[in-house]
Amino acid sequence: MSQKVLLNAKEVNIILHRLACQLIEKHNDFSNTVLIGLQPRGIFLADRLTKILKEDYKIKNIQLGYLDITFYRDDFRRGQKTLEANKTKINFLVEDKNIVFIDDVLYTGRSIRAALTAIQSFGRPNEIELLTLIDRRFSRHLPIQPDYRGRQVDVINNEKVKVNWIEHDKEDSVYLIEK
Amino acid sequence: MSELSVNHLLGIKYLNKQDIQLIFETADHFKEVINRPIKKVPSLRDITIANLFFENSTRTKLSFELAEKRLSADVLNFSSSQSSVKKGETLIDTVNNILSMKVDMVVMRHPNPGAGVFLSKHVKASIINAGDGAHEHPTQALLDSYSIREKLGDVKGKKVVIVGDILHSRVALSNIFALQLQGAQVMVCGPKTLIPKYIDKLGVKVETNLRTALNWCDVANMLRVQNERMDISYFPSTREYTQQFGVNKELLNSLNKEITIMHPGPINRGVEITSDVADSKQSIILDQVQNGVAIRMAVIYLLASKIKQ
Repeated sequence: MSQKVLLNAKEVNIILHRLACQLIEKHNDFSNTVLIGLQPRGIFLADRLTKILKEDYKIKNIQLGYLDITFYRDDFRRGQKTLEANKTKINFLVEDKNIVFIDDVLYTGRSIRAALTAIQSFGRPNEIELLTLIDRRFSRHLPIQPDYRGRQVDVINNEKVKVNWIEHDKEDSVYLIEK
Repeated sequence: MSELSVNHLLGIKYLNKQDIQLIFETADHFKEVINRPIKKVPSLRDITIANLFFENSTRTKLSFELAEKRLSADVLNFSSSQSSVKKGETLIDTVNNILSMKVDMVVMRHPNPGAGVFLSKHVKASIINAGDGAHEHPTQALLDSYSIREKLGDVKGKKVVIVGDILHSRVALSNIFALQLQGAQVMVCGPKTLIPKYIDKLGVKVETNLRTALNWCDVANMLRVQNERMDISYFPSTREYTQQFGVNKELLNSLNKEITIMHPGPINRGVEITSDVADSKQSIILDQVQNGVAIRMAVIYLLASKIKQ
């Protein structure tokens, strides 16, 4: 198993600030916008972006939620393992809100498809956008593209993209791992 | 540990501690789901479940059906009073006929102990026991423990007394197994005639004085006197039963602590429990009912994920 650094801590930081600025450009003061981190790994990115928006760009009232898509996945009973759920934490209605889904890696697009179904349980949003740190090009199974992307990469199928966060994995970095 | 160790839920006896933990953690997520504006998830849209009730039930049947529908499963309902069972069809034939219509899972309540185990050996479907005679009622015991965990934080180390008709109760046996598996201490309390002779061999305390039992416990699970299962007279009169084994507000107020009151339903108000206790803050009876749906969703989801395509 070999691994290659796609992004180091400094690059991750620059990208996060750029993404934060792009969000501000579109959503201004976030008064009608909610950020939704997708479980399990998207919530770290969502947390970090929220922190940057609050501390560095002084945006006060950001609504942040976590959405678990386990019960909406299309591969139930198709794999060997039981799909394990994570916590959903959405303490607000999303009716008429502008939603930004936040996930670390966009690959086949199937999780996003599941998330689009799952969010309907919380109301009818005005619009939904997608932000991902890494966009794996040429690997989509569904017609889904990000509105905000950190870095686009070309990755072949037997390789994996691993995003690390300092809060959980000791460093901010993105690796390309060959299986 | 992300998978149940069993393919059927026939009784708590067949589960291990990790299974119960997994069911509870999954139920936590489903409890959040059933409190959303839209309470339904599409997980089981390609699964068909038959509810076979060979014995009367309100709560359990509704709770299972709701759990199945909230998971988007297709549901078939069957009760023996309106069926060919009356014409002399055997259990295996009845179930195999239903299964040939491509049913993946069977939820069954039956008056005979072991009916679920018997069926699981003869038919190809996941079986969930929704009560078999006076033997086991596993989902009830799971939701009882889950409700204790929710109210008191943990089941481990808690003292639980089961009061009433232990002899005819499947809820009592399943609860004893479930509580002991999670490290709780269990006591049974009731008239001597309604306590099975060798129940102390299961490692439970036996007490015939209600006040002593209530002073010992953190949680009291009140059972109904199952008159329909009684072939002989087990106590002189209902009035005398109520005087000795009924819980009322006065009795609870005279204890040196506040205990939690549970009841699996149906309640006979004024017999085993008075209305002011059943409706008081100490009682978690309606929480039990709500948790029942979440627990059954978890059990069905976890068993269904083991049915291979």
